Amino acid sequence: MAIRYTAEHEWVAVEANIATIGITDYAQRVLGDLVFVQLPAVGSSLAKGAAAGVVESVKAASDIYAPLTGRIVEVNPATVETPGLVNSDPMGAGWLFKIEVGDPSEVEELLDEGAYGKLAT
Amino acid sequence: MLAAPAHLPLHAWHVAHGARMESFAGWAMPIHYPLGILGEHRHTRAAAGLFDVSHMGQIMVRALAGDHLAAARELEKLVPVDVMGLKPGRQRYAVLTNGSGGVRDDLMIANLGDFWYLVVNAAAAAADLAHLQEHLHATCSVELASARALLAVQGPEACAALSALVPAVAAMRFMDAGVFAIDGTTCFISRSGYTGEDGFEMSVPVAVAEDIAERLLSHGSVRLIGLGARDSLRLEAGLCLCGHDLGEDVTPIEAALDWAIQPARRRGGTRAGGFPGADVILTQLERGVARKRVGLRPEGRPVREGAALFADPTSNAAIGRVTSGTYGPSAEGPVAMGYVPISLTPTGTRLFADVKGQRIPLAVCNMPFVPHRYHR
Repeated sequence: MAIRYTAEHEWVAVEANIATIGITDYAQRVLGDLVFVQLPAVGSSLAKGAAAGVVESVKAASDIYAPLTGRIVEVNPATVETPGLVNSDPMGAGWLFKIEVGDPSEVEELLDEGAYGKLAT
Repeated sequence: MLAAPAHLPLHAWHVAHGARMESFAGWAMPIHYPLGILGEHRHTRAAAGLFDVSHMGQIMVRALAGDHLAAARELEKLVPVDVMGLKPGRQRYAVLTNGSGGVRDDLMIANLGDFWYLVVNAAAAAADLAHLQEHLHATCSVELASARALLAVQGPEACAALSALVPAVAAMRFMDAGVFAIDGTTCFISRSGYTGEDGFEMSVPVAVAEDIAERLLSHGSVRLIGLGARDSLRLEAGLCLCGHDLGEDVTPIEAALDWAIQPARRRGGTRAGGFPGADVILTQLERGVARKRVGLRPEGRPVREGAALFADPTSNAAIGRVTSGTYGPSAEGPVAMGYVPISLTPTGTRLFADVKGQRIPLAVCNMPFVPHRYHR
């Protein structure tokens, strides 16, 4: 399963038709220690690029966007209770939400690791 | 202003310690170190933190004729504070006011025996210097203290750490200030700070600043702390950040800084008024104000500077504005301050802040959010 990325510093792992989404290690380093995470409602449908949630560090708030069009099927409540989980394991235990992919062609438009690597410097 | 930010004398040293440098008030400042803002904040309250605040302006005011008190008399024409009554070896908080009673800048004034030592904000330093020179030039010399760094060591272990270098500081009380020698160099040290903790601020020659910083850091309890934690520490302590919580359109009375105006400068005092905006400020002291700075505890998530405040969840008429807001690591929740109409200042009053279309409830509360632990 290849990990894809967005220019908004999110990672997207697609397995069957379910995409798991979080913020990248680069993003968590730039934001610093997170103190607040707000996630979308399970069951809500979001268009690609729509605001899906918020992560906040001591310094600033930052929006999380839906990288793909689809329905929210699961969120990770552990990140709401312990926002620091996103800092300590952004691409593992710190995942944020899962989307049932509505339009598989959108997956192909996401960045691959090489393209994202050039943004995350 | 897109000019490249100025570098602190210890810029390279901060980078070598892993600092994340960002521009603030025209200076490249360490925002945090590898420990991170949360860890740095908590470490300062638990042990001791070392801050480099050399971006701040250090100004020395000396009476030309050698009459030290004459300089105090002149300074009193610019601040609503009792400067003449400030004894040698003592420091006092002050504000420079404008003609309508607003705040140009806030500062510390110390009586160091034969001169007055002022610490002003970086963003206003050049304007403050020009303002002081314009009004005092006939009677005083007003100079930037050149080639000096300003270090702060703050927290319950601060005294142990600094007294290892300068044993005499252990005898100082909160707001004492004096001239000390470290390795034969002249240092100005005050027992004060911007965190709500016990601690010291020390002006040291640039030539020895790195050595002094290294020696403080070698004390087991001391870690380097960036500007990020400095902001969350001062906000938890209920202290104003000029340009945000204070400004040209806010009077010290609206800012709840009544305590900074001593009886001698109030109506009926021995040297009442005589500073810019005195009519406005002294009238407000007697009759009250229409709006006031209050502490706010948002529920759930942080509410940031600039958020509009409302009296109820559906109203579209803003009644005030948040001027500082973040997550308070020691308060263990969001903390903020802002200005609201006097009718909404009682503790416990429920308000609402607009955060991107969402109404976040907040409660008016007393400050500080975390008790001060000054060594009085």
